[in-house]
Amino acid sequence: MTERLDYKIIIDMIKPHSHVLDLGCGDGALLSKLRETKDCKVTGIEISEKAIYACMEKGVTAVQGDIDSSLSDYSDNRFDYVILNESVQQVLHPEKVILESLRIGKKAIVGIPNFCHASSRFQLFFNGQVPITRWLPYKWYNTPNLRFLSIKDFRQFCFEKNIRIEEERGLRPHYEVTFWRNFLAHNGIFLLSQT
Amino acid sequence: MTSKNYTETQYFTFAEDTPLTLKSGAKIGPVTLAYETYGTLNQSKSNGILIFHALTGGANAAGQHKGAKKPGWWDNMIGPGKAFDTDKYFVVCANVIGSCKGSTGPASTDPKTKKPYGLNFPIITIEDMTVTQKYLIDHLGIEKLLCCAGGSMGGLLALQWTILFPDSVESCILIATNYKHTAQQIALHEVSRQAIMTDPHWNNGDYYGKKLPATGLTLSRMIGHITYMSEESMEKKFGRKLQGKEKVGYDFTTDFEVESYLKYRGSTFVDEFDANSYLYLSKALDYFDLCEGKKLTDVLKGIKAEFLIITFSSDWLYPSYQSKDLVRGLKFNNVDVSYLEIESNYGHDAFLVEVDNQSKLIKHFLTKVTQSRK
Repeated sequence: MTERLDYKIIIDMIKPHSHVLDLGCGDGALLSKLRETKDCKVTGIEISEKAIYACMEKGVTAVQGDIDSSLSDYSDNRFDYVILNESVQQVLHPEKVILESLRIGKKAIVGIPNFCHASSRFQLFFNGQVPITRWLPYKWYNTPNLRFLSIKDFRQFCFEKNIRIEEERGLRPHYEVTFWRNFLAHNGIFLLSQT
Repeated sequence: MTSKNYTETQYFTFAEDTPLTLKSGAKIGPVTLAYETYGTLNQSKSNGILIFHALTGGANAAGQHKGAKKPGWWDNMIGPGKAFDTDKYFVVCANVIGSCKGSTGPASTDPKTKKPYGLNFPIITIEDMTVTQKYLIDHLGIEKLLCCAGGSMGGLLALQWTILFPDSVESCILIATNYKHTAQQIALHEVSRQAIMTDPHWNNGDYYGKKLPATGLTLSRMIGHITYMSEESMEKKFGRKLQGKEKVGYDFTTDFEVESYLKYRGSTFVDEFDANSYLYLSKALDYFDLCEGKKLTDVLKGIKAEFLIITFSSDWLYPSYQSKDLVRGLKFNNVDVSYLEIESNYGHDAFLVEVDNQSKLIKHFLTKVTQSRK
């Protein structure tokens, strides 16, 4: 399997020897890479029982729990980075979760699917249907996504909430998008900090 | 250790000259602990794991005694290649003080009277059980355990160890346990105790060499068994199946399989366990409250071990929320903790039954702890 580009970008953003919390860490692949390549101390939160076994197998500390209710237990600035990669659109209270992440973490890294890239816009405009793409294959009735947002929406959110965007990256599955990100990128990854 | 290699219980006696002061202030001595070890202690003495048993367990956790009908209570978890891999680790399991499986307890002879202690045996707490086992671990020359682990009552001891001896343990595995006994847990125990104490043969604990309080102990074990299973596991195992009958008898003899099962498990328990020990140990559990008026997050402050905490979805005796509270307290104190609720229908008994899933977690957890210890 080729290395996931979003993992590569996230790993680039993180300084060595950091303490990292990954919310919705899945099988722990990203955390395990961070530990190996950057000697980070890592913890994951994940709801799926199966995924917890996979995390433990990789030697990744993992707590079963849902993201919405798991953050209040941690003290302020406990982590150097809190990662929310492809999970913020699936939580019940994204605003609270992002603000909490910036409380318990000195920095947060948020990866979002960009629901307003070119092909989605064309589908919406010409078909008159909610877009279904290779990267967002769900129908309205079976999507795990509760929130639909664009890179531009997320920038606006950060502006309104006084959150500093230290870095913004856009990507398509195999390469980075450096311009017109809200139109061309399938995903956006933001490095955030408290102002 | 294969099943052909029989295991044997060993005994360690201490507090012979100076008696041990217990949490209650009472003194006792000498104290003997029955224990078993599996695997080999390495040269640096860094691969020791202490396993704590549940309420009615004993030192024989793994392997089989010569002439015994069944292997140790956690044999499917301890052994070569198993969750607690005895090719890698030196595993110790000791019977708790107050029990009747070889350690000093109410059935032991009181050196003052030369008769069984009975109710003269002092009240024992979880703390006392933990402290006495520290004497054993010191005696074995282990300064710092790689891990202490236990399910149910054993979990309380393991947790207590990390607080009493934070520098003497690297990691802790808690399974289907709690950090304080709740009203429901105390209530269930009290019913079990009353079953024993209202049996006229109990005779204020003075029944050794006489007729045993068998009816009371049987009843108490029947109650226990109900709490160890889930509604679903009972329904699956017994349903409304009748015991040796085509149709119900419309009388008060045994109709249902579940009745027969409980009576059988209860009556065989009389040969295996001492009624007074049941009283003392259940009381120790009920007295257990890690907080004792303090905030949980404060009590957990000094902990240095990393944790793996496991619960089971259908365990209503030690429900998951109790362990989750503990996880929260540990997270707050920056303790490295992994937690999982295993989906299982087996109720509280799951910690003895769900071998594969627990093994997966424990094996990798111990590998991680061993690696990070370097």
